[in-house]
Amino acid sequence: MSFPWAKQYEPQQPLMKWLDEKLPLPRLVYNAVGAGYPVPRNLNYFWNFGVLAGAALAIQIITGIVLAMHYAANAGVAFNSVEHIMRDVNAGWFIRYAHMNGASMFFIVVYLHIFRGLYYGSYKAPREMVWLLGVVIFLLMMATAFMGYVLPWGQMSFWGAQVITGFFSAIPVVGEPIRVWLLGGFAPDNAALNRFFSLHYLLPFVIAGVVILHIWALHIPGSNNPTGIEVKDEQDTVPFHPYYTAKDGFGLGIFLLMFVLLTFFSPNLLGHADNYIPANPLSTPAHIVPEWYFWPFYAILRAFTFNFLWIDAKLWGVIAMFASIALLFFLPWLDSSPVKSSTYRPLYKKFFWVLVFDVLLLGVCGKMPAEQPWVVLSQIGAAYYFAHFLIILPIVSRIERPAPMPNSITEAVLAKHADDMSAAATA
Amino acid sequence: MVRPLGFLVGLGFIAALLCAIFTTPLSNEPNAAHEFHKHPRHLALSSDGLFPRWDLQKLQRGMQVYKEVCSACHSLNHVAFRDIGELGYTEGQVKSFAKGFQVPSVNPDTGEPATRDGLPSDYFPAPYANEVAARAANNNALPPDLSLITKAREGGKDYVYSLLTGFQNPPANLPKELQPATGLHYNPYFANLNLAMAPPLSDGQVTYADGTKATVDQMASDVTAFLVWTAEPKLVKRVQVGWAAALFLVIFCVLAYLSYRNIWADKKH
Repeated sequence: MSFPWAKQYEPQQPLMKWLDEKLPLPRLVYNAVGAGYPVPRNLNYFWNFGVLAGAALAIQIITGIVLAMHYAANAGVAFNSVEHIMRDVNAGWFIRYAHMNGASMFFIVVYLHIFRGLYYGSYKAPREMVWLLGVVIFLLMMATAFMGYVLPWGQMSFWGAQVITGFFSAIPVVGEPIRVWLLGGFAPDNAALNRFFSLHYLLPFVIAGVVILHIWALHIPGSNNPTGIEVKDEQDTVPFHPYYTAKDGFGLGIFLLMFVLLTFFSPNLLGHADNYIPANPLSTPAHIVPEWYFWPFYAILRAFTFNFLWIDAKLWGVIAMFASIALLFFLPWLDSSPVKSSTYRPLYKKFFWVLVFDVLLLGVCGKMPAEQPWVVLSQIGAAYYFAHFLIILPIVSRIERPAPMPNSITEAVLAKHADDMSAAATA
Repeated sequence: MVRPLGFLVGLGFIAALLCAIFTTPLSNEPNAAHEFHKHPRHLALSSDGLFPRWDLQKLQRGMQVYKEVCSACHSLNHVAFRDIGELGYTEGQVKSFAKGFQVPSVNPDTGEPATRDGLPSDYFPAPYANEVAARAANNNALPPDLSLITKAREGGKDYVYSLLTGFQNPPANLPKELQPATGLHYNPYFANLNLAMAPPLSDGQVTYADGTKATVDQMASDVTAFLVWTAEPKLVKRVQVGWAAALFLVIFCVLAYLSYRNIWADKKH
């Protein structure tokens, strides 16, 4: 599962030799993230975000396990138990704020990781399986984050749960029974809170499992790179350790610094004030807003306001919201261009940046109340989102004439350095 | 197969959205309350910013305002008497402060409900036994718990301060349907402009032990500072730890960057 020139694990110490014969765990690590994994030599900083997402998952699991030691998943006391953590548990405020903002940091790095993949064509053959597993991880993350947000049992927790589980009631005929079955009641209450806690504890470990598959699938073709050209020989690569462990170490430092600035200096910046009000089924907040990482999808959900083709607008919204993520599963086959990197795709590159703008616009629309001009902007934004993936991308990949490409990664690297040298010489 | 099918699905969503665009009115329903609703006024406190600290004198005054004014209707459920030791009171002062409250108890001889003197481990008692009692005494409005109020409202401390100082006569051009009904009070900082709470503060309402003049503005500012503390007693410590963690990570980043450059020194990339 690697290139023929990959370094082999050769234990020197008798203990490590003995261990390698009985259980070759060090060998596995060596081949996965050690010197035994050859990686393209030209990766830029956008290739840090995979490791950072792994770090974010680890932080969420560790802080989450500690929180679960103090949290009480009962509708009567859940809110107070969170305040108990904030006030009375040693460093509880830190653990809780780190977990709360850790979710945001996790989504930030995962969104950058996804857009990196979109820009450099990392979803294309031979890495389709890496991409598919990535989309599965993203879906699991969304489910986990949603259920985690319900646990403090504040106003937004309760009404968020009400709205999200309400999606199921849009299904004709069986929708309402399904919703009641999922919630364990007619509205979110103790039964729902308990099952959400149980699943919120389970799913991160499922994510960790799929992450292992994601990395396994990655190691078969090896990592993509900014040129999108596949590795041809040994001089195209460097061993993961120490080259990329060092670079990831620096990236991790910057990530943790951002994390610390958010957690310690503005921990409630990305939250919503209403979630510091205990859940009250009799009082609906003026604006029910999900967490920021769901805003683009929330905007797509609310963009459908017309009963088109006799299908209820609400059902259209729910279908479209799920479709907006589900279509990512088909991306490797929607884009038929053999060229991966946008560096050599002049036309696709333009549409990529329009998509980035479109998703940011949808994000703002999802945050705002359902008033004009945000409704019409979210409708235009949602239409463009689907147009990008389902119409523009397949056409672009057919008509586009790619820019001339270097023959190998090494050639691209040397050409870049020659440019730098001549620029330095003329300067 | 994927591309033609995707094309059709895409056209379906776009058609549904185009119909939605052309059937949704482009103007919002007029909301007169919006025009009269004011943005909260800023209140600068020593607990703000990158180098926050607690102004203990101010917090003590704020607690006095809470105890003598707000606590008639508002609970402070998440704060225990022991917590006010952080406001600069000695252990003895905390004990005698707690002793000034009666808390529910059980008669040790008969098992009948009883009350006893408060202990530092007790929490501030709520003014009403339950929500029904609270609503019955307040024209069917429920006075919210104040422990987290500066975190639980859009605008935070600025909002609380503005609300306390914002009671006024309704403007002359206020539409009839927005005029305060019986038992309501006009306050432009409140979202629907009419608030069940009567103006709680009036000049000289409390007598400060430190001789500060008890104007409405002073009392509102003091009690807001106190409520910032009740909402997040660990605020100052949090930022201090943040500085230490950030400094550590800046050094870490510099070292990590240097070792990264060092390891890559002989590789073009």
